[in-house]
Order: sequence, then C-alpha cells, then structure tokens
Amino acid sequence: MLNTAVALSIILNGEPHRVTAGMRIADLVRELGLNPKKVAVERNLEIVPRSTLGDVFLEEGDQLEIVHFVGGG
Amino acid sequence: MSGAVKGLPMSIPMNNSDSWTVAGRTFTSRLIVGTGKYKDFEQNAAALVASGAEIITVAVRRVNVSDRKAPMLTDYIDPKKYTYLPNTAGCFTAEDAIRTLRLAREAGGWELVKLEVLGEAKTLYPDMRETLRATEILAKEGFLPMVYCVDDPIAAKQLEEAGAVAVMPLGAPIGSGLGIQNRVTIRLIVEGAKVPVLVDAGVGTASDAAVAMELGCEGVLMNTAIAEAKEPVRMARAMKLAVEAGREAYLAGRMGRRMYADPSSPLAGLI
Repeated sequence: MLNTAVALSIILNGEPHRVTAGMRIADLVRELGLNPKKVAVERNLEIVPRSTLGDVFLEEGDQLEIVHFVGGG
Repeated sequence: MSGAVKGLPMSIPMNNSDSWTVAGRTFTSRLIVGTGKYKDFEQNAAALVASGAEIITVAVRRVNVSDRKAPMLTDYIDPKKYTYLPNTAGCFTAEDAIRTLRLAREAGGWELVKLEVLGEAKTLYPDMRETLRATEILAKEGFLPMVYCVDDPIAAKQLEEAGAVAVMPLGAPIGSGLGIQNRVTIRLIVEGAKVPVLVDAGVGTASDAAVAMELGCEGVLMNTAIAEAKEPVRMARAMKLAVEAGREAYLAGRMGRRMYADPSSPLAGLI
C-alpha cells in the first residue's frame, strides 16, 4: 500500500517527529508501543486529560510531552 | 504457662497497631523509600519488600520514544499495592515543579505528591522561597503536597500554613549519607508541627534512621542509603528495624541524661 497520507511535523519529547495527518494523541501513544493508562500527556504546555486522548487530533507544530513514572528518590 | 518470666504478662504488648496518617491516609510502615540508583528493577523490588515500606517515591520523566521494549518501573512495583509518591526531583523553579506534578497527577490519578524545589546543584538544598510559593499554588489546585524543606522550624510552620500535608526537613544534603546534622532543629520542627514530620534526605545508615525516629518524627524517607549499600536488600531490612526501634524508643521515653556515672547495682550490702 502506497502511503500517500499527509505527514505533520511535531515536537515529541523535545525531538522532531513525523506523524500522519488525522492522527489522534491516543493513536500516537499506541503507535509508540505505550499503554495510555500508564502515561500522561502535555500538549503545548496544557495537560491533555486521559479521557480525551482519543479525541484530540494532532496538529502541525504541536509540542508534545509524554511522561511516565521512573525510579527516583 | 511455661517459659513466662515471673511478673511479666504472657506477651508484651508491642505497638503493632502503631500507625500514622497523612492527609487522611493511614500507613503502618514509617519508612518511605526512593526507587532511584538501583542496579536493576529486580534489586529495587527486593529491597522494597525487605524495607516493608508502603510508600515509594518516583520521578516523572519523558518516556523513551526510541526504545519501546525498555522495562518500566510499574512492571516491577505494582502501583495498586504500593502508594506511588511522585516527586519533583530536578526542578529548580515553582513552575517546573507544578508542571511536573500536574503531569504526575494525570499519570497516576492521585493528589498525594512530594514537592521539592531545589536551589542549586551542588548542595541540592531546597529553595524555600520557591518551595513555599509552589506549596500554596499546589494546595489551591487540590494537591496534597508533602514538602521537602530546610531544617528550619519557622519555614516548616510557613509550609504548614501554606497547605503542606507533611513537612520533610533534610537531615543532611540529599545523597550525602552524613546523618542528621541538627537534632535540635528537627526536634523543634516536630514539637511545633500539626502535620506529620518526616526526615527526608541525609540518612546514611541504620542509626541515622533511628535518631530521626527517636526525635519524634512520624517517619523517614531515604533512597541512597539503601540503594548504594553493598547489600541493598540487607540494608533495607536494617532500615526497617532501625525505624521500628527508633519509634519504640521514642514511645518508651528515654532516660534522662546525667553528667556523670550512676551505678546500676546497689551500693548497700557491698562486701
């Protein structure tokens, strides 16, 4: 299948990242192999509530932070 | 009843029901442990079991986008079994700390958090101006912040007034293992506080933890002392025992201090 979908440029965790246009945040989280229940997402410095991850479409230039819990003191 | 010592009840009532409460949540273990610096997750999990801790601190960091197979803390330490206390380690402004904890609340779904706003990398001493400001904002947003702070009774009071659900003075700089440097200020904080006081940072070995508890602290928080011991799991157990021993000693009430000797055997009847 030829991928003719339009790609968007976003910043994901500080690094440039390409995503397919029409992608929702939840789609990206799953594409990254992550469990949406174990992460938190910030989009353009605003928290995206977990309940709406499946509703919010990614847009060109979005700055996304996806975080989780790691070991720490 | 064989084996009982004359005059003693069959069992000495131990304080097994001795618990403490922070922001309405009650815990039996008075030891809170960090989850950083361990060799691997297996060792971390084993030390946690040995410590008997019910609360663990965790950091909030970016997910590894490039390595999808990287093991996750939550795979080894069950957030349903242990209370995850997200921290703001590495934050040097109130804004950074608040941003981190908003994400933590979204990731974890709970309000109980550990706030620390650092002043400089060399000492990792808290910036109390920023810490106080962050505490006020977090409390207004519904967070329940347990707050890392200097060992200053006035600062501790101000944090309490600002909405801290626990104050957590340092015993010595983070990761230094130097032990409790100022017993007087820790005691004064304990005497003046209406919220739980926990020594956070500076514990190096078991006796340091016992000292904190003997001073009347509700608990002790530590990471490096266990993680950097030659045998972390064994040290975790030592810390469990030290916290329990220190607590029992505090409840028992220590003897008064004398300047000179006082014989334990009677002087009367000496041959």
